[in-house]
Amino acid sequence: MGMTISEKILAAHAGLDRVEPGEIISAGLDLVMGNDVTGPVAIQEFAKLEIERVFDPEKVVLVPDHFTPNKDIASAELSKQLRDFALAQGVTHYWESGRVGIEHCLLPEQGVVLPGDLMIGADSHTCTYGALGAFAAGVGSTDMAAGMATGEAWFRVPESRKFVFHGAERQPWVGGKDFILYLIGLIGVDGARYQMMELTGEGIGALSMDGRLTMCNMAVEAGAKAGIIEPDETTLRYVRPRAKREYKVYRSDADAHYLEIYDINTKDIPLLVACPNSPENVKPVTEAAGVKLDQVVIGSCTNGRLEDMEAAASVLRGRKIHPLVRCIVLPGTQTIYLESLRRGWIEDMILAGAAVSTPTCGPCLGGHMGILAKGERALSTTNRNFTGRMGHPGSEVYLSGPAVAAASAVKGEITHPQEVVNNG
Amino acid sequence: MGKAWKFGDNIDTDAIIPARYMNKTEAAHLAAHCMEDADPGFAARVRQGDIIVGGRNFGCGSSREHAPIAIQAAGLSAVIAESYARIFFRNALNIGLPIYECAEAVRGIETGDDVEVEFSSGLIRNITKGAEYQARPLPPFMREIIAAGGLIAQIRARNVRKENADA
Repeated sequence: MGMTISEKILAAHAGLDRVEPGEIISAGLDLVMGNDVTGPVAIQEFAKLEIERVFDPEKVVLVPDHFTPNKDIASAELSKQLRDFALAQGVTHYWESGRVGIEHCLLPEQGVVLPGDLMIGADSHTCTYGALGAFAAGVGSTDMAAGMATGEAWFRVPESRKFVFHGAERQPWVGGKDFILYLIGLIGVDGARYQMMELTGEGIGALSMDGRLTMCNMAVEAGAKAGIIEPDETTLRYVRPRAKREYKVYRSDADAHYLEIYDINTKDIPLLVACPNSPENVKPVTEAAGVKLDQVVIGSCTNGRLEDMEAAASVLRGRKIHPLVRCIVLPGTQTIYLESLRRGWIEDMILAGAAVSTPTCGPCLGGHMGILAKGERALSTTNRNFTGRMGHPGSEVYLSGPAVAAASAVKGEITHPQEVVNNG
Repeated sequence: MGKAWKFGDNIDTDAIIPARYMNKTEAAHLAAHCMEDADPGFAARVRQGDIIVGGRNFGCGSSREHAPIAIQAAGLSAVIAESYARIFFRNALNIGLPIYECAEAVRGIETGDDVEVEFSSGLIRNITKGAEYQARPLPPFMREIIAAGGLIAQIRARNVRKENADA
């Protein structure tokens, strides 16, 4: 029997001809990543190992993006631990505010992670990089510490579920966010627990790199180890100008084994929202229409890329955000921010009444830059709407793609973008 | 032996330790806010050795190791759940927090029951109800990590053994 792309990447990094789901292997890592929240805990654990140097300073990635620009003294101490460690170890992939971006937007953009890589990241949304055809799994701080010390990690080889998107055509405004919300609604928040979600078909082929990164980003919201997409011409066009080292394209064999194969008609997927307090609580936007909002957040590692900024700006252009709504826009990286500025999108958004911020994870996890009070409600392009995720446990978060978020900011309630655009 | 504290399905890491407390890494600080958004005041009521009982997909969401650290530092001796989200599962093993998968125990145990667990066999005893449940055994590889006191302790022990062998 053949192997899936995921099994091939794991086997290659474990020095094995083949691996079987369920098998526990030790494999060599191309990258080990952490941020200002998980990194300091890993650095403290690393110190306990009494090993002087990380296994390879070019393969360790430290991204201060969660509570940065530092929100308070305690978080400034966390950032300082990360910075001191990066300097002491000569870590090459480290960025200060002004150059840093949200890790899962920054790493693909800078060509740090590449097709065929095996990496661990102490952040659950590390699964984003599967969009490049890499095997990238979220882990905790101790795994990160052990990875930095040894250059290896243990993996239970995961089973794979295959999702085939038939047909390239999609409904107006629909993008990667709607695709992945659709899948989470279909299989539930533990539907792919410990497993891979392999995404394929014409619908995926027609999706931009930005849309694919959005999809793989939220695979963890279905319990998956990661999402993964075989590299195609779209992937390689994105990767070629960015890569500064060799990479390898893996593809699934035709006779690879899948736990289950799902057939999805791309054009059946409507614009969706996930209602409180679970990403699986998915409804067509039309069924949630009219829900009043206090805040709209556009950005994050899920939807903070150029295409997302374009979608939001195209809806906000020439319109005004509802007077009682705070619309916070967070481009994912400085490059995305600058490009959005040059194309006039930032101006469109500011004129509409949006607050545009420097890249940060900030409000997504209730860190800073847009915390909700008790009883307040937000619509956000982020990835989680758990109780208290964005602030007070008595606040609520709905999730959507950027066009729905921008239209809803204008109307002050959850709205289909067509309604706003048609009405001038 | 400890008292059981029962929670539902899909207890996420934001409920176990909200991000607003993650600007500090000290275990005692995290422990003081353990399960705060699922059960306010939980940390103050828990006694040393108590056990958390969760449903399906316990610990879903973020990769924050602060979650099992908060549970361990609050004095809880184990978690029993029907199933775990994978990063929480890894993190619990890696810090040496015993975790057991047992749907029958989850069904049988209620908050306040006196429960004890035999680490080596995974046998769970509900003293209050006079019932026993068998948890799914962890693979030996994972039991060894917990028994060593976590992944870091295990790597250290391995390195010491290696140095002794080299000497």
